[in-house]
Amino acid sequence: MTTTTENYGDQVFTGSGTPGEGEEVVLTFDDVDVRFKTEFGSVHAVKGVDLRVRPGEVVALVGESGSGKSVTSMTAMRLLPSNATIGGAVNVAGRDVGQLSERNMRRLRGNDVAMVFQEPMTALNPVLTVGTQMVESMELHHVARGQAAVDRAIELLEMVGIPEPAKQMKKYPHELSGGQRQRVVIAIAISCDPKVIIADEPTTALDVTVQADILDLLRSLKDKLNTGILLITHNMGVVADMADRVAVMFKGEIVERGTVEEVLLHPQHAYTRMLLGSVPKMGAGRGQMGISVREEVDHDAPLAIDLRNLVIEYQRMGKPPFRAVDDVSFQVRKGEIVGLVGESGSGKSTIGRCALGLIPAASGEFRLLGEDITTMNKRELKALRKRIGVVFQDPAASLNPRLPIGECIAEPLVVHKVGDRKTRQDKVYELLDAVQLPREVFNRYPHEVSGGQRQRICVARALTLDPELLVADEPTSALDVSVQARVLKIFAELQEQFGFACLFISHDLAVVDLLAHQVVVLQNGKVVEAGPRAQIMEHPQEEYTQRLIAAAPVPDPIEQARRRRERHELLREQGEEIAELRLDDAQEFRATISDEKDQF
Amino acid sequence: MNDKPPTSGGDRPEQDRPEVPGSGREGLSPVPAPQDKAAPQDPDTMDEVTDGTSADGAPEIYSVEKNIDLTGKSYSQGQLVRRRFFRHRGAMVSLVALLAITVFAFTSIGYGVIPGWWGKNFWEGALVENMGRPTLQLWPFEAGEYPFGQDNAGKDYFALTMRGTQRSLIVAFTVGILSTIIGTLVGALAGYYRGWVEAILMRVTDLFIVIPLLVMAAVFGKMAGGGIWPLAFLLSVLTWTGLARLVRGEVLSLREREFVAAAEAIGTSSSRIIFKHILPNTIGTIIVSATLAIAATILLESALSFLGWGVRPPDTSLGLLISTYQNSFQTRPWLFWWPGMIILAIALSVNFLGDGLRDAFDPRQNRTAD
Repeated sequence: MTTTTENYGDQVFTGSGTPGEGEEVVLTFDDVDVRFKTEFGSVHAVKGVDLRVRPGEVVALVGESGSGKSVTSMTAMRLLPSNATIGGAVNVAGRDVGQLSERNMRRLRGNDVAMVFQEPMTALNPVLTVGTQMVESMELHHVARGQAAVDRAIELLEMVGIPEPAKQMKKYPHELSGGQRQRVVIAIAISCDPKVIIADEPTTALDVTVQADILDLLRSLKDKLNTGILLITHNMGVVADMADRVAVMFKGEIVERGTVEEVLLHPQHAYTRMLLGSVPKMGAGRGQMGISVREEVDHDAPLAIDLRNLVIEYQRMGKPPFRAVDDVSFQVRKGEIVGLVGESGSGKSTIGRCALGLIPAASGEFRLLGEDITTMNKRELKALRKRIGVVFQDPAASLNPRLPIGECIAEPLVVHKVGDRKTRQDKVYELLDAVQLPREVFNRYPHEVSGGQRQRICVARALTLDPELLVADEPTSALDVSVQARVLKIFAELQEQFGFACLFISHDLAVVDLLAHQVVVLQNGKVVEAGPRAQIMEHPQEEYTQRLIAAAPVPDPIEQARRRRERHELLREQGEEIAELRLDDAQEFRATISDEKDQF
Repeated sequence: MNDKPPTSGGDRPEQDRPEVPGSGREGLSPVPAPQDKAAPQDPDTMDEVTDGTSADGAPEIYSVEKNIDLTGKSYSQGQLVRRRFFRHRGAMVSLVALLAITVFAFTSIGYGVIPGWWGKNFWEGALVENMGRPTLQLWPFEAGEYPFGQDNAGKDYFALTMRGTQRSLIVAFTVGILSTIIGTLVGALAGYYRGWVEAILMRVTDLFIVIPLLVMAAVFGKMAGGGIWPLAFLLSVLTWTGLARLVRGEVLSLREREFVAAAEAIGTSSSRIIFKHILPNTIGTIIVSATLAIAATILLESALSFLGWGVRPPDTSLGLLISTYQNSFQTRPWLFWWPGMIILAIALSVNFLGDGLRDAFDPRQNRTAD
């Protein structure tokens, strides 16, 4: 082993699966080292990373936020801001990126190395049509021009599985769904037949079923076109589903690498083990990560939430109102956690907001803690809100940046005029202890602590008035897995201690599986299936629930391969299509590239 | 560390597998101490405080959560704002300069019935001596009879300038504060309540915007009849529109943030949400706009005085002095420079003060500006 620049921990290097000396590689990172100069001193973001990607191979770069995985990948495109100092060498398709002129670098980008970004809505220009953006990269690289480029664009859209491609060419990005947009981004990425694709969290912004489709598409793409893929992700399930080899990054260093089976099934490094141990596993049910929930719920307990035929509509200018929630009924008993599960647009957050009295119900009955909120006046609503706590998704946005943490937590006491200065402060200290934060944060501002700590502050604030009901809207979706595990654990302990009822809204089935007593599955504002957790998770009756559960990836490559096969069978049974690159002959595809294509 | 093929065979027997780091059996030489103290990833700065262990017992050092820096002393919000403000050198110099100008202007010739220490007043003419040249001498310091010179009628220009400074300061600060209050309230109400409240308030704002400011100011100035306080109040009623639109825009985006929804969900009243949660987040915009308004008001007042609708002789203001003697610029430059420099000094200090206040109120500002 060579001398390293590392100064953190030790690496575990099983070494198997790495390309040999003579083997062809399309992307090589050789001792890459990145520092950012900032106002507050230099930040050492990447500390000597070595990585190689073969053609037709998927190498996953895994890590939590701040691990430097995205910065590493950006060095290959040379897209880092100018305050970055890059050491080491990056080699793309045989060319040293550090040595190229800006003109040649532009030729390289898109041509030899292409990128698929996390958020397809922002990766596409909202004021240009899909067709214009498809043709642009091909004309820039002289792959095709004029009508030939348009024809090729249509062919590409067809390949990535977009129906009626000729029609979609004239559409704008906002007219397509999230999955279709990501397919367009992938089509643009492969339009110049790059040797390597860098996929930076390509499915993080997507729903699980769409994620499974996009992963299927990427997998068939690298098989058929023999493209190397550097997959950057924080999701261990995605890694298990896609990767051939894995490198785990922590604070700028690769701490462990090896084949996907080695790393995920027999992790050596303590960090990898901790990371894998923090991922809630689909189907593993209760008791993971030391999180325990009191199972027995009093079946005669009074109802905390009683929904009957609830309809919620959003008024729109000049159009009929949009029905976000349509005829939904379910109950939450005191002391019970009910998981509200669904993909984006299913109306789950809308129900949560309605439960807080933030949006009115159009019709139906909504009884909270025995009282009908649809007919309440302002004063009654305020009295009721005293008994309800709330935790939102984004910890950065749900704390007032101008209020010190202590005041944030004490705010409910002030609003409801409970206690005096001294007792309020004591209560805040007590809550800070409960969420395992030091009491000294009382006078600190939210920006001084990190995401998971902020979310713990939100939980503390929600519990200030000892609520009988807690509405948690995706409380851990914005957090890293290891942080999520800790927040969930604290959450479960507090639930056991305080015994509040909880409406737990989440898109993550594994988390719901871990916590909830009852599960309600929503689709397009309607209840698809509802029942006890074990019944929904283990024996789902409805097609949609089955698809949803089948699409959630697990961090075990062998298990995940089996689940993938099962999912494909399920899709075939249900008459759905399996996403793949519709291409029979890669030679034919390449033959349509014009002879004038950029050469060096 | 290396992704190159291992030198020994890839399928090493079990006993050759690396030991778990930290187990003490790795057989490695001690890791040299990290050199890069500035890096946030630096284990020394990152992981000093470990609070317990994570779920599976792995040491907390593998957490991506940053540890809360509890080494610094803890301050209350008021203390923090004061500390940051007092550390802002530009703001402190400006504060001193502005206070000095104000104190000088009000004590020298007195205000109302209170007499000042300067022997002359601004309305009595005298014999013009030495073509009205200033008698001020810096080295050796000597004020002389007429330190700033005399005007056409032989009035003491120092007294005139001080009187003008008083007038301009009163107008500028009254208008700056009043128009800021009006603009902030209108903008916050329109932005927070939306619907018909917004429609009415913003159409009124538009109405004020479409009518040229100078025309309105002329009408209002005539109504004020030369009095300084009526003029200040009437000008405040005209100049709040820009701020109202700015604040409305900010409130529109802030009211959609989750902390506002969270405040609403715990039963916070609308007025508390507006004043406690939303407006403190717009303080930067408000303060910058207020300081610009103060500077702009001094100019507006001088424009009005120039047209004869603002302050009227024998009373005077800085703007009036400049406009009266703008033609003397070539021959008797001191008649232009003294009031001009004071306008400049006031406007600059107010802008620096605004800068300092904005930095002090913004908790994300961590640096001590210099």
